[in-house]
Amino acid sequence: MYGVNASDRHSCSWLVSQMQFMLLFSRQGKLRLQKWYVPLSDKEKKKITRELVQTVLARKPKMCSFLEWRDLKIVYKRYASLYFCCAIEDQDNELITLEIIHRYVELLDKYFGSVCELDIIFNFEKAYFILDEFLLGGEAQETSKKNVLKAIEQADLLQEVRRLCFLKAFRGQKHFAEQYS
Amino acid sequence: MPAPIRLRELIRTIRTARTQAEEREMIQKECAAIRSSFREEDNTYRCRNVAKLLYMHMLGYPAHFGQLECLKLIASQKFTDKRIGYLGAMLLLDERQDLVPQLVRILKNLIMSGYSPEHDVSGISDPFLQVRILRLLRILGKGDDDSSEAMNDILAQVATNTETSKNVGNAILYETVLTIMDIKSESGLRVLAINILGRFLLNNDKNIRYVALTSLLKTVQTDHNAVQRHRSTIVDCLKDLDVSIKRRAMELSFALVNGNNIRGMMKELLYFLDSCDPDFKADCASGIFLAAEKYAPSKRWHIDTIMRVLTTAGSYVRDDSVPNLIQLITNSVEMHAYTVQRLYKALLDDISQQPLVQVASWCIGEYGDLLVSGQCEEEEPIQVSEDEVLDVLEGLLVSNLSAPVTRGYSLTAIMKLSTRFSSVNRIKKVVSIYGSSIDVELQQRAVEYNALFKKYDHMRPALLERMPIMEKTATNGPAEIVQTNGETDSTILDTKHLPSIIQPASQVGLSIQSSAHFRHLNNLTMYSASKCIPPMTAYNKNGIKIEFTFERANPNPNIAVITIHATNSTEADMTEFVFQAAVPKTFQLQLLSPSSNVVPALNQGSVTQVIRVLNPQKQQLRMRVKLTYTHKGSPVQDLAEVNNFPPQSWQ
Repeated sequence: MYGVNASDRHSCSWLVSQMQFMLLFSRQGKLRLQKWYVPLSDKEKKKITRELVQTVLARKPKMCSFLEWRDLKIVYKRYASLYFCCAIEDQDNELITLEIIHRYVELLDKYFGSVCELDIIFNFEKAYFILDEFLLGGEAQETSKKNVLKAIEQADLLQEVRRLCFLKAFRGQKHFAEQYS
Repeated sequence: MPAPIRLRELIRTIRTARTQAEEREMIQKECAAIRSSFREEDNTYRCRNVAKLLYMHMLGYPAHFGQLECLKLIASQKFTDKRIGYLGAMLLLDERQDLVPQLVRILKNLIMSGYSPEHDVSGISDPFLQVRILRLLRILGKGDDDSSEAMNDILAQVATNTETSKNVGNAILYETVLTIMDIKSESGLRVLAINILGRFLLNNDKNIRYVALTSLLKTVQTDHNAVQRHRSTIVDCLKDLDVSIKRRAMELSFALVNGNNIRGMMKELLYFLDSCDPDFKADCASGIFLAAEKYAPSKRWHIDTIMRVLTTAGSYVRDDSVPNLIQLITNSVEMHAYTVQRLYKALLDDISQQPLVQVASWCIGEYGDLLVSGQCEEEEPIQVSEDEVLDVLEGLLVSNLSAPVTRGYSLTAIMKLSTRFSSVNRIKKVVSIYGSSIDVELQQRAVEYNALFKKYDHMRPALLERMPIMEKTATNGPAEIVQTNGETDSTILDTKHLPSIIQPASQVGLSIQSSAHFRHLNNLTMYSASKCIPPMTAYNKNGIKIEFTFERANPNPNIAVITIHATNSTEADMTEFVFQAAVPKTFQLQLLSPSSNVVPALNQGSVTQVIRVLNPQKQQLRMRVKLTYTHKGSPVQDLAEVNNFPPQSWQ
């Protein structure tokens, strides 16, 4: 069985909508991001990824964005050269999942400015940070676009300030300190 | 040691690799560098190294040696380190290192320190929130009359006021529909929900159509009439380009067929059968047969429909349809002449579709006399001679297209015609030729039929006479059919012990009769073993009851698939419930994981678990079961023997 064991799920199955994982991959099947919301071994993750990527890439353009795979529902959408692929449970709402994917793409777009696959490749850690501000445990935790981007901005700023302080200490440049004190 | 290269630099370098081998080489080199850097306990570059490790991990290379480093990053004061550290922990951590307790400790401290971000949700039109609230309403209203009533108005409001031009609006509507279906809503609201789904079916967006069909399939049993109103839209979806939509439309169409719309629906479904993908044809054909059997407006229509399916999708029809169809044809006495004529004509066109050929052979064997005498009333009777008919049947025997089973049908049909046709000599010749056939089954049949011509010629007419009407019983086992023919000896059903012909006359009389009859019946009862095996109660003590339900695994008939259903009639839940089973040495057992470990009190639910038993020697099934659970705080354990398995589960 893939995903969370039926016995784990049984006790709280329909109480919480559960996205089990999200995968981003290119048209050649190269993984660009993988976020897992259920505990699985490395081997299982690799197997699922390989099979799912194959299945989704085999889909023709006119087909539905939803497909049934194992005991999960897969919701996927292609944006330019990247496939965004989410696995949800049987009782979950596929249409809202499409919206979640779209919201994530909007966030990336706003952050990177007309995002493209290269941005995600070279800044994968940022893509993760943005995803984690938006989704937590497989559910949308922050539905305000503004707030998500603000949070990322602040974190980035914190990083930058620290870096510059560090540089300043390292190079002993008073100039920097004055600018950022 | 020179400074480790930056993350972006590494990504750029790796992307220049032209082959997998080149990439692997670069990765290994970098991993080695990172490892030595970790060993030097360098704080400055740890963050950069772990980030690179994460990238390489995403490409599929092992990176667990970085797990400990992630923890060090988390513990660092630098925000950048913490950020990458947490990301690394989320991506890399697994059971290999016992780091989880440490992480839990760190997180607990974080939470206890009073840090809680404040965020507000802007705008009432927040779709994510709306969907979540609707979800919550669904949970609250499920099974509760009062809360369901209280939310009726708001659900109706959302259903009618939500803007449907974009996917967002439809997502909210969809969640509303799901909620209405799950709670105890009034019928007006349910009709509203189904109408929303009906509107979804007309939407240009295939995703919306897909979602609608799936939901309609779930509700068609309970709200049948409301769904019927959308029948024509659903039937249109049969022509959709998307495979999943077509499948759902097909399933839904079958669910909607009734006595009133059977003719129209069947037209659409037959058209669909013609044009659909091969994957669908078997299911569609079975569905059509079922629907036709239930709602056929006339026998002629029924036969025509069957003919249409056999000729258009004949090779996709399931094997068990053949005996079903034969029984149907036998019981439609007034249509015999028409049926055999149509089947004969179909054979002239095409002998490649085995189910069609088998049914046709059987019918020609039975009703060949009607065929040559030109008695058909329903349509223009064809002129055909005995020789022509025998030509066709013999053609089946020699054709490469015929499966061995089909050849058996054909030979038996030829034999039956010896009492219906006058060209007995020709038939005798054919039968004697096949007495030395390489195919053992054909050979045995031919030898026995030969004996019928020689030593038992006086019995031949009685044995080969027209089959009587067959009663269709629940289990459809061979025993029932034998009894309607006046046979009560059930030992003949054991094919392993078919008596040989060289036996004392008196005994042989009965056995030959039985075995020859069994030949006729053989064609009809091939599927009997797989029909329903009755469920049984395996254990019932101290408030816990375990029922076994059975099915045969396909394709291996030696495997019995048992599903256990454990229910608890006491007032307290039984937790940590574990079911174990042991079988005698000649069997093999496989226990799959249970649905849960809690058997809820007062029969509010059950724990199910699947057991697969391999029984190659077909011995009587016995099982020892062990139950352990916690009830009202105390552990309980019990052992029991299960011996009352129904014979069909292991024979």
